[in-house]
Amino acid sequence: MSVKVENLSIAYRMRSGDCCPVEGVSFTVADGEIMGLAGESGCGKSTLGNSLIFMEGRMQHLGGRVVVDGQVLPIEDFRAMRPYRMAKVSLVPQYAMNALSPTRRISKLTADLLRSHGVREGDVLEEMKRRIRLVGLDEDVLSKYSFELSGGMRQRVTIILSTLLNPSLLIADEVTSALDVSTQRAVGEMLMEFRDRGFVKSVIAITHDLSILAQIADSILIMYAGRLAEKASAADIVNAPLHPYTQMLLASLPEVGVRYDTTTLTGIPGRPPSLVNPPRGCRFADRCPFARAKCAEAPPFVQVRPGRHVACWKVSQGWPEEAPKAGPGGGPGGGPEGGRA
Amino acid sequence: MSALQIDHVSKLFRASAGGDLTPALRQVSFGIDPGEVVTLIGESGSGKTTLGKIILRLIPASSGTVMFEGSDISGLRRTQLRDYYRHVQGVFQDPFSSYNPIYKAERVFELLRGVYFPHLGQPAWQAKISSALQAVALNPGDVLGKYPHQLSGGQQQRLLIARALLLDVRLLVADEIISMLDASTRVDILNLLISLKRSGLAILFITHDLSLGNYVSDRTVILRHGAIVEMGDTVKVFGNPRHPYTRNLLTAVPELHKKWQPPALGNGTRPAAAPGPEVPAATAFDAPPLTECEENHLVAEDRA
Amino acid sequence: MSALKGSSPAPVAVVGGPAPEPAAPAPPRRRGEFLYYALHNSKVIFGLSLELVFVLAAIFGPIISPHNMTDFFASNQPPSGQHWLGTDNLGHDLFAEVVNGLQVSYMVGAIGAVCAAFVGMALGFAAGWRGGLLDEVLQMITNIVVMIPALVLLIVIGAYLKTRGILFEGAFIGLTTWPWVARAVRAQTFTLKSREFVDLARLSGKRGISIVVREIAPNMASYLFLVVILLFGTSMLLAANFDFLGLGPTTGTSLGNIMNQSTLWSALQLHYWWWFLPPGILLTGMVAALLIANVGLDEVFNPKLREQ
Repeated sequence: MSVKVENLSIAYRMRSGDCCPVEGVSFTVADGEIMGLAGESGCGKSTLGNSLIFMEGRMQHLGGRVVVDGQVLPIEDFRAMRPYRMAKVSLVPQYAMNALSPTRRISKLTADLLRSHGVREGDVLEEMKRRIRLVGLDEDVLSKYSFELSGGMRQRVTIILSTLLNPSLLIADEVTSALDVSTQRAVGEMLMEFRDRGFVKSVIAITHDLSILAQIADSILIMYAGRLAEKASAADIVNAPLHPYTQMLLASLPEVGVRYDTTTLTGIPGRPPSLVNPPRGCRFADRCPFARAKCAEAPPFVQVRPGRHVACWKVSQGWPEEAPKAGPGGGPGGGPEGGRA
Repeated sequence: MSALQIDHVSKLFRASAGGDLTPALRQVSFGIDPGEVVTLIGESGSGKTTLGKIILRLIPASSGTVMFEGSDISGLRRTQLRDYYRHVQGVFQDPFSSYNPIYKAERVFELLRGVYFPHLGQPAWQAKISSALQAVALNPGDVLGKYPHQLSGGQQQRLLIARALLLDVRLLVADEIISMLDASTRVDILNLLISLKRSGLAILFITHDLSLGNYVSDRTVILRHGAIVEMGDTVKVFGNPRHPYTRNLLTAVPELHKKWQPPALGNGTRPAAAPGPEVPAATAFDAPPLTECEENHLVAEDRA
Repeated sequence: MSALKGSSPAPVAVVGGPAPEPAAPAPPRRRGEFLYYALHNSKVIFGLSLELVFVLAAIFGPIISPHNMTDFFASNQPPSGQHWLGTDNLGHDLFAEVVNGLQVSYMVGAIGAVCAAFVGMALGFAAGWRGGLLDEVLQMITNIVVMIPALVLLIVIGAYLKTRGILFEGAFIGLTTWPWVARAVRAQTFTLKSREFVDLARLSGKRGISIVVREIAPNMASYLFLVVILLFGTSMLLAANFDFLGLGPTTGTSLGNIMNQSTLWSALQLHYWWWFLPPGILLTGMVAALLIANVGLDEVFNPKLREQ
């Protein structure tokens, strides 16, 4: 097993209270696997991904552990994580392509980055050039400033930089958002290519875009309000989702070829719960058409079939497919933007 | 009569004082009829937002005319411009950015009151707001009295659409209005646009996302580097794309149930990622001419 | 001074931020939030408390002073029960002089700050909002004013204007120190002008001045507040500089004036420390307290600078 996360919980300190965007999360990512971590805004996916490598000031490690290649990562200790960063676990943060310093050339940025990780630039320069050519860029990208490159080129350079030391785990946070459709494809294929060539062992791709994950991911992990909802192979998630949230989410995505006059799509009414004071039971219950009294108890994230994990009473207890006519929290609450918290 | 008619509109930007002129829009022409949704599809740098701003009179066109209900909008001043905004409104990409963060969200309504409804008494004004909020399926109790950061993105966007509905809007320019919203709320806003369209509103839907454009629009205009490469009936443009750029876009769109074509060659090797259309920005100021390849479907000559 | 973006948070592409707020409990309003942080920031508390001491001294000093500034006593007396800060070479009670000087320093500081703020903001907003030709012209004017050496100008004016009051000095300082304000305000206005809520205001039929005053300026309110405080401090300091060189008001006295006199009459060489030290320390304290509070307020308004 390349990456194993066991019962991880992370809290986030805010003025209005502590919220827990990651609660009791456990999953594994095998060697050579690209796992998609999907969910909507506020579900905690970015916090989860970032916590594996860098706990920002307000994040607190509440419990659980992370094991990469058999070694437990000291994620709660900023200093102790230094030797692991970039070498074992690497991150392409959200908005990374906009965070490249505009006053230094790419080659200088690379040298600085490598030096801060104790690597001499000379040793890896050739490899870097090779990888730059591999993704279809010209070597002279190194001598340019970041603003001279287009968004897609910057994103690719960022990914090359992050994977230069061949980490075991790459965490890619929204690397394809804010890119044009054709560049999205190029970057997505680049991640797969890097995985195929062994530049990275496993990849966790964090995004809200399920269709990109359907292309590049081997498995998909769906998060909702800080907890895991479902995990399965990408094909299973897309073709036969089990969790009601996944099902409703997929049903709300327009695809090329679907038009309003032939098929009307609907969104999910309501809003995700606040993470400062989350409900005790299943967090999706108030928006779920299948909710019953049992859902006041939080469903565990269990394996219901080989390779399929779901946190849902309906699935684990085998409730029927028809939504109850009236039930606790069943049905949308007064309009698509009903005031349910 | 068409609601909006754009005729050979071009826009040139000067990079810096005395610098080179770059064409952001080149000879763009098309029209929108009442009750019609026209999607303007383009990637970054295509000029789609620029065109939206020109139609909203936020920036002037360098050449060409924009006619709204038969009259040229470039000459409008003061009161004429105010009347124009009574009928033509816009909603933008970042809902949070459209609100002034230090005021309450409903101030966007108040901004209109002094200019457009100076003689309306308080109860009549409240009634107007209520009916506009109902038209966008918002519960007044949920959104009135709140600050923008207390509302969700979906609520913010709906409120902005409600604001446009307060006036007698006939054309709505929707510039990437759902790209910053969660997937589960996007489709609800799209359905709202469709219901508005059915009551006669003309909508220019600007987006880079082809599946959204396909879902919601009657006609599609595909923009590349400021010029139209293909346009026409949505079903025809998406079903039978003729221009290589359109085809490229359609093959690159990630779909849930279909892998990217061409597929991997197998055994771990994959063709090196195509660089994608990273061609330098167009330097020609004119646009390739459009020819009709089938009824309601025009394609530009391929000069790439 | 850090480039503040006003009180608005940077918009995040992912809507809702790290955790969506529930509909019912509303987070504290922005102003309340600032007040909370301000009252808990050590620099702000220290700076403002110290400044308060000086302000109280300026207000009540002349009242509690047992002697008048203009009375004559024995000259060059060190501090004693009779004369708390001693006397100068002419026999004036230094305590009375100093507390009166405090008042003058504050007034000049205030006049200078208000003038500079007014001119700087007016020109900054105009240049930032309009752009184009007006901006080019105003930039030129700004550059010219920056280049003029204020000291030399004051000397020249001093040669012709034999009587100068506090108002003149304050106005002079105001009219020579506005350029940086104008530049900063112009830059921020450019940034805010491209925000979508400004577009929305235009789409609501609002005109330029209304948008600048109602939409743009309030978003810079915290920054403008800091600008005024900084101007206040630097005006006081500049006034003291001018007074020390003898270019200050010809009527009344000020802290810089006292120090000027003390130097002219060799107080340093003669070890009359009570003549030059108190005004110097007071001046340093007044300006430093203000600037420390300013740094603290910078942290209050800009969440990114706050220590966690």
